[in-house]
Amino acid sequence: MNTILKTSNLNKVYRLGGLLFNRVRINALDDVNLTVESDEPAIISVVGESGSGKTTLAKVLLRLVRPTSGSALVYDRQIAGEGEKPSNREFFGMVQPIFQNPFEAFSSHRTVDAYLYSTAVRVADLEKTEAVDAMAEALRLVGLEYRDVRGKYPNQFSGGELQRVSVARALIPHPKIIVADEPVSMIDASLRMNVINLFLSLKEEFRRSFLYITHDLSTAYYISDYIAVMYRGCIVEFGDARTILADPQHPYTQLLLDSIPEIGHKWDRERMAMADIEAKEFQFEGCRFCNRCPIAKDRCIVERPLATEKTDGRKVYCHFA
Amino acid sequence: MKMNTRLRIGIIILAIFVLGSLFLPLFNDVDPIKQGTYAKSLPISSEHLLGTNSLGQDIFWFLVYAIRNSLILGITVSIFTTLIAGSVGLLSGYLGGGADRATMTLTDAVIAIPLFPILIVLATLVRGNTSFMLVGIILVVFGWAWGARTIRSMALSIREREFISMAKFSGSSTLEIVVREIFPYVYAYMVVSFINAILWVITMESSLAVIGLSKVEIPTLGSILFWALSYNALFTKQNVWVVAPVVATVLLFLGLFLTSTGYNQMYATRRGHA
Amino acid sequence: MIRLNNLVATYTTVRGQVDAVDGVNLTIPDGKIVGIAGESGCGKSTLLKVIYGDLIYPLALRQGNVEYEIGMSPGHIVESKIRRNENETENGGQVATRNIKDYWFKQISYIPQASMSSLNPVIRIRKQFVDFLDSAQRTPNILEKIREYVKSLDLPPEAIDAYPHQLSGGMRQRIMVAMATFFRPDIILADEPTTALDVVVQKGILMLLMRIQEEMNNTILFVSHDMGVHYQIAHKMLIMYAAKAVEFGDSEDVFRAPLHPYTKMLIESLPSIGDNRIRKGIAGRPPSLWEDLIGCRFAPRCPLASDLCRAQEPELVEYRQGHLAACHYAGNHINRQGSETS
Repeated sequence: MNTILKTSNLNKVYRLGGLLFNRVRINALDDVNLTVESDEPAIISVVGESGSGKTTLAKVLLRLVRPTSGSALVYDRQIAGEGEKPSNREFFGMVQPIFQNPFEAFSSHRTVDAYLYSTAVRVADLEKTEAVDAMAEALRLVGLEYRDVRGKYPNQFSGGELQRVSVARALIPHPKIIVADEPVSMIDASLRMNVINLFLSLKEEFRRSFLYITHDLSTAYYISDYIAVMYRGCIVEFGDARTILADPQHPYTQLLLDSIPEIGHKWDRERMAMADIEAKEFQFEGCRFCNRCPIAKDRCIVERPLATEKTDGRKVYCHFA
Repeated sequence: MKMNTRLRIGIIILAIFVLGSLFLPLFNDVDPIKQGTYAKSLPISSEHLLGTNSLGQDIFWFLVYAIRNSLILGITVSIFTTLIAGSVGLLSGYLGGGADRATMTLTDAVIAIPLFPILIVLATLVRGNTSFMLVGIILVVFGWAWGARTIRSMALSIREREFISMAKFSGSSTLEIVVREIFPYVYAYMVVSFINAILWVITMESSLAVIGLSKVEIPTLGSILFWALSYNALFTKQNVWVVAPVVATVLLFLGLFLTSTGYNQMYATRRGHA
Repeated sequence: MIRLNNLVATYTTVRGQVDAVDGVNLTIPDGKIVGIAGESGCGKSTLLKVIYGDLIYPLALRQGNVEYEIGMSPGHIVESKIRRNENETENGGQVATRNIKDYWFKQISYIPQASMSSLNPVIRIRKQFVDFLDSAQRTPNILEKIREYVKSLDLPPEAIDAYPHQLSGGMRQRIMVAMATFFRPDIILADEPTTALDVVVQKGILMLLMRIQEEMNNTILFVSHDMGVHYQIAHKMLIMYAAKAVEFGDSEDVFRAPLHPYTKMLIESLPSIGDNRIRKGIAGRPPSLWEDLIGCRFAPRCPLASDLCRAQEPELVEYRQGHLAACHYAGNHINRQGSETS
């Protein structure tokens, strides 16, 4: 069994200063333990609000940020934490990113195929002629023709097209896993499925794993095998995607599901508990969600819940779920 | 490049000065520095376009050579300061950490040193024997620091942008990232900074020359004024001698200013498109 | 109510002039939340700017005008008809009587896109709140009133005393909503207020807007490209495509039985939980507004398109009671292969 992803006690602490809050400690990642083992390629979604830590997790796995403590493993190779780690070149051959804003991901002064070419020649170690073939092939996989892309600048594409170019670039070195940080949130809702379906086909036909960071549960449901729900730096629920989304057990997961604006089912109009100032919530000693939780009791305020493994294989971090 | 009016006027003015000072000397075989070539203090005439001064020099030709030398000094020094400021600023900003801190400490030290008093002291020590090149070198040594700081802060902010990570994941090396990703965002500033540096150099040199601390035998915009003042041109009603270089300097500066701001304006309205 | 009379709004750019809103002719009733939906670039944000009167260069109203009847909330029935006239100059410029500006913040307010970034980062929020009151309103206890109001919107009281960067994006957006609604305006224009925010915060803000609308009985024009959001809050729906209005009606009708094929495809492109059906996004792109467009603008992407569609642009007409659409084949079914049945 391959270990696709494994984080052990991953921590990332930021210190904030300011007039309102003096030297506050923010645990953007607080003792995160995530393990996904499978022989098949998998799409793992990490879902949460802003401030949940999902983007920090992505950054740690992309080695853009170093964890304060703990370690992380991708496909049996340790990539973060103490100990020997692969070189940059090797790492870029294993893990590739897709960023949220396709117009920020490319410099407006360079043509987009310059990045593709560079990836082919530098990361995938191809010769010039092979590189062009690899680029054309990768673009075809995402539904674009090389001649439509060659020589063009980012502002000559739409958001959806540019994001697909981004995916093509990530595919060129045949990485084991692609880390996609909110890849469709900047694309119009009606056009998102084009990119989401692409991820699904890349997993099924070309055997690539994905780490899909999002706050949109509907698209996460559509393609994930596994799902991890995060709140203020902690994992609150983790396991098989269909199981969890069909029957969410952690109160926060339930809140997330309730918040999706779906056609066909109108919201209840009772007042919902809104998030408080972020920095305050990070200071809670007990469960970070206790302020907003409908089933919170005294124990929740003082004691952090540990993982409870359920019979269906999922892990829930709650005293009373 | 679609130029706006301001830029167009600025470039025209500069072109007149640069081309004039380059090509006009070819039509002249009289050494303008030599004193007593002509009769003294002649008024404006068709033979002497701006008349002559108390030293028997033709003012017009002296001015042409003066402009040429000022420009040569200005452009040469600016090229060096801009190159140094650019390299230091970009690398320091991108690398960050200890290297950045050390470099910026050095830069700040150079900025903090009051240049003009030092130049005065130096010039006094080597009075009259300053070589033109020495003045140039000193200006380069002190002129790169401010630009380096600015470019470094630009590099710092661009470093955080996503396309830099993208470039890393595409296998680009540090040097490639600095040149291909960061530099394009910085070069508009560098062009403007280059032009402003020319202004600065000419001002510095002129200021030194006017007080006689540069090599005043060599005609520059400043040295004309030095000689004019030494010979009490204003008192002897030789107004042209003083007014001509002043007007020339103002026009030159106007040309540089219009070009610099016009370019800035043009660049700002042009979005990054193919 | 708000009457939009043949609006044509133009942007002047280096490349020339482009009509971002091309002939919109509608009456918007009072006391409802009107959702405006469509892809990026369809003209919905521009329409909002026109209604708000935010017409500074390079945006200009080339044709048409907007008539408002403001003051329909119970308590003060003041009828004022504000007319914006245009004089067409030779190159299509426009001179407007800017009297709608007199009503900004009080009777009509605007929440722009990404407005959480429009707060001044070096000034505390409470001062920014007070800033747009005129001197007559700056009574000593106005700050208290502001605090009360903010609290009534379920915002933490300390938020007012903070600097913008100390609050999350969602919190700032809620503050923007508070600022825009403080004077209980009759018309609120919200341009994609929840687009950059996550679902939970989004739900909070949408519920907030719904509550405000119920209490104040004002009109909210809400722009979003997310049909799911519109389903939750809109009473009436306006669908825009390529600078044209293509469908307008009660949101219940629009969602249950959409008349225009574009609306239908928009609704069907969103995935939902528990639904395992294959979802497809809409293929292709909207047409470039720089070109001369003949016929129906949706024809290139429409499975029902015929020669009639390509030759003649359909008018926005009423097909059912209160339900308008601009399509020659309005109401026809689209089956998976794309052929038509009536």
